[in-house]
Amino acid sequence: MDASLNIVIVDDSPVRAAILQEGLREAGYVNVVRIEGTTKLLARIYAIDPDVILIDLENPSRDVLEQMFQVSRIVKRPVAMFVDQADSASIQASVDAGVSAYIVNGLKKERIKSILDLCISRFNAFSRLQSELEQTRSALEERKVIDRAKGILMKAKNLSEEQAYTLLRKTAMNENRKIAEVAQSVVTAAELFK
Amino acid sequence: MTETRLRIGFIPLCDAAALLVAVDKGFAAAEGLDIELLREVSWSNVRDKLNIGLFDAAHLLAPVAIASSLGLGHIKVPIAAPFGLGVNGNAITVSPGLHAEIIEAADGNVLDPLVTARALARVVEKRKRAGAEPLTLGMTFPFSTHNYQLRFWMAAAGVDPDDDVRLVVLPPPYMVESLASGQVDGFCVGAPWNSDAVDLGVGRILHFSSEILAHAAEKVLALRSPWADENPDAVARLVRALDCSAAFIEDPANRGEVAALLAAPHRVGVAAEVIERTLEGRLKVAPDGSTRTDRRYLLIGHNGAARPDPVQAAWLYAQMVRWGQAPLSAELLAAAKAVFRPDLFDAAVQSKGTNATAPADTALADGIGGFAGPAFDAEDITAHLKFWAMKQR
Repeated sequence: MDASLNIVIVDDSPVRAAILQEGLREAGYVNVVRIEGTTKLLARIYAIDPDVILIDLENPSRDVLEQMFQVSRIVKRPVAMFVDQADSASIQASVDAGVSAYIVNGLKKERIKSILDLCISRFNAFSRLQSELEQTRSALEERKVIDRAKGILMKAKNLSEEQAYTLLRKTAMNENRKIAEVAQSVVTAAELFK
Repeated sequence: MTETRLRIGFIPLCDAAALLVAVDKGFAAAEGLDIELLREVSWSNVRDKLNIGLFDAAHLLAPVAIASSLGLGHIKVPIAAPFGLGVNGNAITVSPGLHAEIIEAADGNVLDPLVTARALARVVEKRKRAGAEPLTLGMTFPFSTHNYQLRFWMAAAGVDPDDDVRLVVLPPPYMVESLASGQVDGFCVGAPWNSDAVDLGVGRILHFSSEILAHAAEKVLALRSPWADENPDAVARLVRALDCSAAFIEDPANRGEVAALLAAPHRVGVAAEVIERTLEGRLKVAPDGSTRTDRRYLLIGHNGAARPDPVQAAWLYAQMVRWGQAPLSAELLAAAKAVFRPDLFDAAVQSKGTNATAPADTALADGIGGFAGPAFDAEDITAHLKFWAMKQR
């Protein structure tokens, strides 16, 4: 492990970048910089002069990084992609996770293997987090709709909160639908009758 | 007929039309193919996902298919291209400021690329003398026709693309804002981005790429060679579906329907009207609304665009050598030409009796139709390289 490595993260998702950055710091890499946006991307990368560049695969700027392979005036040092032919499992794992790594030519593969593994696990963790967040968010939305439907039923049919909920649940069971769906129908109908 | 499932990657561009329409109009289903289309954001992603087998096939830049097969810039994965998805279709757009400078420096008809290239050379000289920053021009990928078209154009007048100007890779969706903000002075990109810049008043179309090269392979259907060898039946069905789709697209009677299909957000996602103009080869070139028409602007199926031509592969490889991306060798030339597979195309369409798309253009003696220089000889690319090496000095 080489703590002095300069690592650049190109990721427009601040949360995912933070998760990755934190992981790298925990592993002892202190020189980690995140850059975002597209303006003069290569120039900014060259200014940092990184040893490793990590980019998410949803980022169209990945094609910009490919230019670093080309020998031209603005390129200070040639850069090669870490994953090589001998390591197709690594390519697969990183593409599945949605991240790609580029290293400056000459850096030994073993030295960087741990970084890529860390990237893959953090990117996967982020995906899990995102789907959990999505579930929580939709559960919250559902509860809001059910509460509104209960309120409408309580007022219209003069029911207690518990009775209103029982009515929703029974209807859902009879119609083989989710309670939230029935509640949404009640809310929509109430809007129409306004 | 057993149903074959295929995962095919694409970038939302007008020249993915044959692939998208093959799925949406049922040409693929008619061949017993169940195609899942996967939209991507970068050529690097398309290349990698094809290489590692996440895609069975892909809409790919023709030069990337060759670079992949030769192991240039990335890992070496042999690619077979049995179908040409698009020929031509790019344009060079410049800022109104640079356009005015080129007009002022021009000594002839600015529709002539040699006149504009010479004018560009004068603008470059003037800037050098004034100590100004060199012009910056955007293109889409190091191994792209856009890169080679820009280079071929300016170098014809002695402008060195590596020394006199800066060529930078920009993802197409960022081109227009980069031109507006002055990050670049111009770019070479495919549809619809040139029209976008013109409509927003931040750019003027200087040339269609078809004015620079009459016939340049732009995008191909790319397959991993071993996969193509192992699945000849699926390849033939896919080629036939694309052939029917390309013929459908090129029929003017279907243009409105095709444009509407491509305009869908999960396809190309651009206004149908812009797509229709692109397919017709009628583009607004200046903010005042003036248009330019060229039937060759984008060829999908027409003029033999569907049948892969190894001469095109040889020309692209010659550019890679010319610009220092690849070493020169007879083996590499042969390997580059072998990427384009007219044999697979012929085998597929012959089993049907005839191909639906039109045959090759006989008007072009060398199959390329460059605006400058001697005729291109795919058997002897050293002549091409020698001529242009002398010109540059």
